Amino acid sequence: MSADALGAVGGRARLPGGLTRAYAIATGTDAKRLYSSLVLGLVLALMTGPAGSVTAPTSGIHHALLAPRVFGFLAFGLVVWLLLTFSGRVGPRLRGVRQRVAAPARAVTAHRTVRWSWYAVLLAALILVPRLLTGAYQQLLVDQIGIYVLLALGLNIVIGFAGLLDLGYIAFFAVGAYTTAYFTGSLPAKPPFEVTPFLCFPLGVLFAMLAGVILGAPTLRLRGDYLAIVTLGFGEIIYDVANNLKQTGGPQGVAKTVPHFVFGDYHWKLANLPYWYLLLGILVAVVIGVSRLENSRTGRAWTAIREDEVAAEASGIPALRYKVMAFAFGASTSGFAGVLFASKNGFFDPGVFTEQISILILVLVIFGGMGSIWGTIVGAAVLQFLPGYFRISGSSVFQPQDIYIYVGFLLIIMMIFRPQGLIPSRRRAREIGMAEAGIGSADALAAPGSAP
Amino acid sequence: MTETQVPRVDAAAGVTDPVLDVDHVTLRFGGVTSINDLTLAQQRGEILAVIGPNGAGKTSLFNCITGVYRPQAGSITLHPEGGKPRSLLRAKPSKVNRLGIARTFQNIRLFNALSAYENVKIGVESRDRAGPVSAMLGLPNYRREERASDARTRELLDFVGLRDKANELAASLSYGSLRRLEIARALGTSPQLLLLDEPAAGTNPSEKNELTALIRKVSVEMGVSVLLIEHDMRLVMSLATRIVVLNFGSAIAAGTPAEVQADEAVIAAYLGSA
Repeated sequence: MSADALGAVGGRARLPGGLTRAYAIATGTDAKRLYSSLVLGLVLALMTGPAGSVTAPTSGIHHALLAPRVFGFLAFGLVVWLLLTFSGRVGPRLRGVRQRVAAPARAVTAHRTVRWSWYAVLLAALILVPRLLTGAYQQLLVDQIGIYVLLALGLNIVIGFAGLLDLGYIAFFAVGAYTTAYFTGSLPAKPPFEVTPFLCFPLGVLFAMLAGVILGAPTLRLRGDYLAIVTLGFGEIIYDVANNLKQTGGPQGVAKTVPHFVFGDYHWKLANLPYWYLLLGILVAVVIGVSRLENSRTGRAWTAIREDEVAAEASGIPALRYKVMAFAFGASTSGFAGVLFASKNGFFDPGVFTEQISILILVLVIFGGMGSIWGTIVGAAVLQFLPGYFRISGSSVFQPQDIYIYVGFLLIIMMIFRPQGLIPSRRRAREIGMAEAGIGSADALAAPGSAP
Repeated sequence: MTETQVPRVDAAAGVTDPVLDVDHVTLRFGGVTSINDLTLAQQRGEILAVIGPNGAGKTSLFNCITGVYRPQAGSITLHPEGGKPRSLLRAKPSKVNRLGIARTFQNIRLFNALSAYENVKIGVESRDRAGPVSAMLGLPNYRREERASDARTRELLDFVGLRDKANELAASLSYGSLRRLEIARALGTSPQLLLLDEPAAGTNPSEKNELTALIRKVSVEMGVSVLLIEHDMRLVMSLATRIVVLNFGSAIAAGTPAEVQADEAVIAAYLGSA
C-alpha cells in the first residue's frame, strides 16, 4: 500500500489533505516498522563496533557510526524492513509460481541422468575450483568450511535424524584430535607405540565412537532437556580435562607439532590442496552413506523414535540402541574431523574445543535444515564462508569476531520465517507443519508424555 | 464401594492351552491400586475381550503386559507357539514386541509425518537383521531383506484395505483408516497375540462394521490371538469368544458373552447396585 499511497500523495497535492495523508503514512504500521528496522541496524552497528578507551570514552560510538560502516547496517535494516513488509504480500504469489514450476522441474531433476550429471558437475567444480584460489581461500576452504561441513553432517545424524539435542558435540572432535596427538607422540604423555598420522584415522574414529557409546549408553535414557544438559556437561568435562591435565599439555596445548600426513615420500606439510581432496573424498563417502542410511531401516527407526518413542518401542524398535547408534555415528564423524584437524594444523590447544563451537555447529545444522543432508552442507558452507570472507577481504563493515551477533540474529529471523531451515528435509518440514496445525509434536525434543 | 465387596472370579478357569498367563498381578501408583491381584489367562487363538467401567484397570493391564508399567507383584507369562514360556515382567516394550505381542493404542499413536506405507514398514522391518553398515554399503543381505519387507508391507496394506492410501501421510487419513493402519503396523511385527485398546473408539457405524470384520479376519485368517479392550458392547458381544469383566482392578466376571450379560455382578458394576 505504501508505494501507491505515496504516489497518490504526490499527485493530489492539496496541502492540508496531503499533510494529513503524509502524517498517516509516517505513523502507520509500515513506517513504524521501518523506523524500528533502521534503529535495529544502528544498534547492531554499535554492538559490533570497536570498544572505547579510557581517554576517549565516546570514540567507540563514534567509530561504530562512521561513514561506510553505518550505511552497511542501515542497508541491512532496510532489507529487514522489506522482508517484514513484503514477504506476506509476495509470499502467496511466489508460492503459486513455485507450484506451477515445481512439477516440470521435478520431472527433470528426478531423471537419473540429469541428477547424476548435476552431481558430476558439482564434483568437478569442487575438484577444480580450489586450484584457482589463493592460499588464504584454500585454507578457509579446508579449515573453516570442509571440516565444519563434516562436523555438521555428523551432528545432523544425531539431532536431525534421531532428534537428540547434543550440546557437547565438539568433545568428540577433541577426542579425535587428542588421540592423533597422543599416538603420534606429540603430547607430554608418550604412547606405547607411535603411528603415522594416517593410521590415526581408525584410532581416532574408534576412540570417538567409544566416547559416544560411553556417554550415550547411560544418558540416552534421558529425554529432551535433560539429555541436552548432560551433553553440555560432557563437553565441559572433556574441555576441562584437556585444559588441566599435565598429560595433555594443559592450556599450552600439544607439546610438539603433530606431524602432517605422509604418503610414501610425499609430505603434505602445510599445503591445503591435499587436505582438501582428502576431505572431499570423505565428504562424498559420508554423503552417500548417510543418504542411504536415511532411507533405510535405521533412518526410519530414527524418525519413528523422534516422532513417538512409545509407539516406536511398541513396534519393536529398541529405542535406546538406536539412539546410541546415532550418537556413535555422529561421534565417529566428529572424531574423523578431529584427526584431520590435528594433523593439518599441527598445533592446537583446548581453546579450540569450547562450548561455543558446539553451539556454532548446532547453528550450522539448524540454519541449513535439520535432517536434511544438502541443507546441512549448504548451511554450514555459507555460514562458515562469510566470516572467513570478511576476514580475508578486510571488510570494515563486518568484523569476523562479531559473527555470533549476526548468527544469533539470523537464527531469530530464520525461526520466524523459515523454521525448517534453508533446504528443509521433507519429513522435518511435514512435522513442523503438523506441529503448527496442532497435530502431534514437532520433535522428540519436546518430550511427549513418557507413558500413555 | 470398598474392595472387600468386589466379588472375585477365576478368569483363568477352563483355559487349556494359554497364549498369555496373567497371574496374581498387582499394580499400584502410590496409594492407588490400579490392578488388584488380577489373574486371567487367554486361550490360544481366541478373541478375549476385557471390559469394565472407566478406571477399572484395562489399559493399565495392557501397559503391564507390554512392559510400559512394571507391576509390584505377580507374574505375566507369554507361551509362544512351540516355544518355552517367557516371563514379560522385566522386558522393555520393544522386547515384549519381539517376543510376539503387538499392540495398538487407545489414542492412536502413528508416525504422522510418514506415509501409511512407511508406518507399516517400520513395523515389518523391525525384525530384519541387516545393520546400518550393510545399508550404507548396499550389501546384498540388506537388499534382500528390503525386498521381503516391501512385499510384506504391501500384503498387509492389502489385508487392512489401505492399498490405495499407501503413499498418503498418516495424518491425512480418516479416523477409521488410522485405526486400521495402526493394526497393520502391529501385524507387521508378526505377533502371536495382538492387543487392541478400544479399536472402535471414535469411529462411525460403517467404520465400526469394517473394523469388526477386520478383527475377525486377523483372528481367523492369520491365526493371531486377540486381546481386546472395548466399550462398544455390540462389537464386543459379536466378536469375543470369551469376556472378562474388570472392576476396581479385579476380575468380577468371566465367561461367554451370554453368560457375562446375565451376570449380576456385571450389571451392578455398570449400573450401580442399590
